[in-house]
Amino acid sequence: MSSSVDSPVTTPTRKHGPFSKENLVGTLTAGYLPLLAATAIVVLPLLWMVISSFKAPSEILTQDLVVLPETPTLHNYDVAMNSVPIPRFFLNSVIVTTVGASIKVVLAVMTAYALVFVRFPFKRIIFIGILVALMVPPQVAILPNYVLIAGWGGVNTYWGIILPGLGTAFGTFLLRQYFMTIPASILEAASIDGAGHWRTLWRIVAPISLPSVATVALVTIVTEWNDYIWPLIITTDSRMMTLPVGLTALQNSEGNTGSGWGILMAGTVIVIVPVLLVFALLQRYIVSGLTQGSVTG
Amino acid sequence: MSRTATPEKTAGGATPEKTVESKHPRRPRTSRRSRRDALVFLALALPNITLIALFTYRPLLTNIYYSMLDWTLGSTSAAFIGLDNYKEFFTSSAGLTSLRITIIFTLVTVGGSMLLGLLLALALNSKIPGVTIARSAAFAPYVLSGVGVGLVWLFIFDPSFGVLAYFLRMIGLSSPQWVLDPDMALIMVMVVYIWKNLGYCAIVYLGGLQSLPTDVLQAASLDGAGPVRRFWTISLPLLSPTTFFLLITTMLNSLQAFDLLRIMTPTGRGTNALIFESYLQAFGGYSRAGYSAAISVVLFVMLIVITVVQIRYVEKKVHYA
Repeated sequence: MSSSVDSPVTTPTRKHGPFSKENLVGTLTAGYLPLLAATAIVVLPLLWMVISSFKAPSEILTQDLVVLPETPTLHNYDVAMNSVPIPRFFLNSVIVTTVGASIKVVLAVMTAYALVFVRFPFKRIIFIGILVALMVPPQVAILPNYVLIAGWGGVNTYWGIILPGLGTAFGTFLLRQYFMTIPASILEAASIDGAGHWRTLWRIVAPISLPSVATVALVTIVTEWNDYIWPLIITTDSRMMTLPVGLTALQNSEGNTGSGWGILMAGTVIVIVPVLLVFALLQRYIVSGLTQGSVTG
Repeated sequence: MSRTATPEKTAGGATPEKTVESKHPRRPRTSRRSRRDALVFLALALPNITLIALFTYRPLLTNIYYSMLDWTLGSTSAAFIGLDNYKEFFTSSAGLTSLRITIIFTLVTVGGSMLLGLLLALALNSKIPGVTIARSAAFAPYVLSGVGVGLVWLFIFDPSFGVLAYFLRMIGLSSPQWVLDPDMALIMVMVVYIWKNLGYCAIVYLGGLQSLPTDVLQAASLDGAGPVRRFWTISLPLLSPTTFFLLITTMLNSLQAFDLLRIMTPTGRGTNALIFESYLQAFGGYSRAGYSAAISVVLFVMLIVITVVQIRYVEKKVHYA
């Protein structure tokens, strides 16, 4: 939604471009000044994180403002890796995110297809059940889920981290809304050609819904990557921690000394930058997925 | 849906319908097909439905049960104590403090991110080159790890080595103890929370601004209404559905805030809003599972109330349109 650059609003028949002589000053003060300020407020803290991660301890432990490190160093990354098993956290995060997000997307596609294209007597009730589940925050479920998963021996296991989050109301809902817009004629054609539901689903419906599936996939990946409260509870062994939980461990070991900040910023870069890169490349899908509902609401 | 109709062997389930068969001669085949469809439906949807039932719905019920127990997490015995956990929450100063913090945090972060988000949306609603970059930048914090964002800002807020302390010293002030002072801790997490969620509000508001009817705005402009007047008398009232949508979603989000609070203030002194308090009670060393569950139930009831208000409003709107 946001990616539509041309907004028809607030441009009452302007004869000259924004950079013409008449408009230049106005454009700069009214247009660019707020934009620059807003961008700076967002970008500067993140830039500060990156810069600080390359600073020497003496450049962190100072009352003066050291903007740029004199000689950028990987020292902080080194210490962070030696203090806690960051490569292992990274690997765990990649495993949990990949497996969790893949299963969730497949489940969402299958459920949404069933809700839209397969006849079933209680479809409406099931759909309402999924809608309501959308409103239940996972945080209120952590204690019962912990008791259950721990009882099954899931503490410090990959499946224990992944399983409780696998049911997906968000993806199902979003894909259902999209599948509803697929013209029935396409499905009828497939049915005449003798394609069963399974083939229609993966060969026709999923491919023509690729943008929506990508939206669900990306939002799910980002959510899984950032997920904190559940992995925090279900992992106690540092070999099984995901990155956000591992950062908590790093904070516990390095955070209380001033010089720990450089090390912590190095760890933070590792959790934040991958998401920033994904966002920079594919933001169109992520933004539309996360602001979904605002149009209908 | 293979229609290769082998002569129907009127499958068992279809017999009771025999009486109406003359009216609907194709009934036996349809019922066989609908049974097949039902099986396909279950094969496709049941895994997801089971997971949602097990890990989303079951916990709601279990929480209600747990909330009536005096139960130490990990212990095999628990005593039924009725509503004592709720009584404790609503009468103890610790419980009421948590409730007060939740309300302050929610009101300030919802108000702050919506107001600033609207201002940001107005700035982003222009056609000048480079505006798309600013739009992306504004939204970015919303997708970042709360833990990561919390640590970045904790460094900025550090009373001795943080940038903020440096600027405060420049104007002759000394930095407050942001983490140790409970009031300051709450202010700190609210500022960071607004920073993280502002872009979401801005982009949603931007969508609303861009779908405003151009002709009305132009007509007002021709009638001599300036941009400020047009904003207050046309844009803002027409944006009220967007405002309402944001009010609900940001309120639900704020009530669920955890990551930032936990990482910036691990002890929760001054920042233990309901979810955080529930976590601390069960997993923060007290292991008070029953009491923690009671807090979760209280929170859930609040979320239901908000959601019901939303649904009723949306229904009203549908009748309007």
